[in-house]
Amino acid sequence: MTIASLIASPSELTDAASNKTAIVLMTRIRLARNLATQPFPGWAKPAQRSRIAEICTAAVAAAAPLKRSLNVAVDQLGELEKQILVERHLISRELSGSKQGSSVIISKDQTVSVMVNEEDHLRIQVLRAGFQLKKTWNVINELDTALEASLDYAFSPTLGYLTACPTNLGTGMRASAMMHLPALVISSQMEKVVRAVNQLGMVVRGLFGEGSDASGSIFQISNQTTLGESEEEILKRLTSVLQSIIEHELNAREKLLEADAGKLFDKIGRAYGIMQNSHLLNSSEAMNLLSLIRLGIDLGVFPDANRSTIDRLFIEAQPGHLQHAQKGEFDPAQRDLLRAAHLRSEFANFVRPDFSLINSNGKN
Amino acid sequence: MANPLKCDLCDKPATVHLTQIVSNKVHKVDLCEACAQAKGVTDPSGFSLSDLLLKASLNPEVAPGAMRCESCGFTQADFKKHGRFGCPACYDAFKGMLEPMLDGMHKGTKHTGKIPQAALARQTLHERLSKLELDLSDAIKSERYEDAARTRDEISQVKQATHQSPPR
Repeated sequence: MTIASLIASPSELTDAASNKTAIVLMTRIRLARNLATQPFPGWAKPAQRSRIAEICTAAVAAAAPLKRSLNVAVDQLGELEKQILVERHLISRELSGSKQGSSVIISKDQTVSVMVNEEDHLRIQVLRAGFQLKKTWNVINELDTALEASLDYAFSPTLGYLTACPTNLGTGMRASAMMHLPALVISSQMEKVVRAVNQLGMVVRGLFGEGSDASGSIFQISNQTTLGESEEEILKRLTSVLQSIIEHELNAREKLLEADAGKLFDKIGRAYGIMQNSHLLNSSEAMNLLSLIRLGIDLGVFPDANRSTIDRLFIEAQPGHLQHAQKGEFDPAQRDLLRAAHLRSEFANFVRPDFSLINSNGKN
Repeated sequence: MANPLKCDLCDKPATVHLTQIVSNKVHKVDLCEACAQAKGVTDPSGFSLSDLLLKASLNPEVAPGAMRCESCGFTQADFKKHGRFGCPACYDAFKGMLEPMLDGMHKGTKHTGKIPQAALARQTLHERLSKLELDLSDAIKSERYEDAARTRDEISQVKQATHQSPPR
């Protein structure tokens, strides 16, 4: 598979949206793994990095879920291509900026990706649309076991899988859910939620991970600690935290409707108007407006079938995807024009909001 | 103060002091004005805070007579600079520094999760073979030919078992 055909095919995120993905847009698990006898990528010399990449990519490309996948060295990718892969959550920002000897293998359906020579020798990732921690774990666990049959992993009986950074030691597992939490943001409860989640040993980050902002009211919630608990225990704890966040979000939606439905309808209606008529939209504003439309869909203001359009637009509004669609590189001001034009045309035939259809329990 | 606290991220004097409870453990971080701003500590939604606290725990004091990893040449000063280790063997070399660090960082200090069975079985076999080969050459050197013959048989048995194991 080539990078061009991968970019041309829809990602898991844009294709699988349904009412099951109403609050949890995506589930993702990654495992950090290293070879026993090689220095970690950040400390390895160029020749060692090449050797590591050779060993790892051969083993990964032979694994069943990664047959006929995209297998490409990072220095063979253009800036825009890398940006698109980051926006689809298939590679990290760190990998996209890395030196010679780093590569990535991405499955045809874009649900499995393995980064080689990122912070660790292997960063195995599986993602699924919706709230599917168990299924995602089963897939990644099987792939990891298959790789271990031919790769000698660095492992200690007391410390578990040895990773470049001690914060990933033990299971080497980070499980996360991407959540759309507009009502908690509108009612200013997010700070409280973040603090409560932190106390439970989980972390809240923005859409694109560490240091990114939360435009579009999209957050990633993941486990902070990796040592001292089994994978199943971590996933169980994360699941219960996610379930309680979902409950809080649904309650917040109900409260917004009870307290001041007019104000909420106004926000959604205005978002619709701006989408149809604006000529300048930066990516953060576009995300926030799309978020309101998505909330409208959850509440029944727009038909359910439109959710996948919004999820596609969340990604198409990102700078990399926008520039790729227009076949060129544009400065931010030009991008704002192009983004508004794209969204205007998408919303020209978008069904009008109907506020009489609101389902008062907010659960649609 | 005679000895003002230094910023955990750069070495400027720290003026912002944070304490937060994460997973029932108290984390403290000291920052200078600029780093506090840059890391979004002043941001009311403050969700980058737990990342920051975790990174701060990666900043152990460098003891005099610092340790060094024989396997890859990594030193304690390198760790302070990068916050990452050099190779898997570093976890042995820096054991002393590691334990208090892990205690504040994780839920526990002992791994209870998945074990790479196949990789470990290979490793055990490999170690057993090397030991047997050592025994064999010892036995030959000291002219214990009966022992040597027995060890040689054992080696071929182990090798056979390895070949019989399912292909990777």
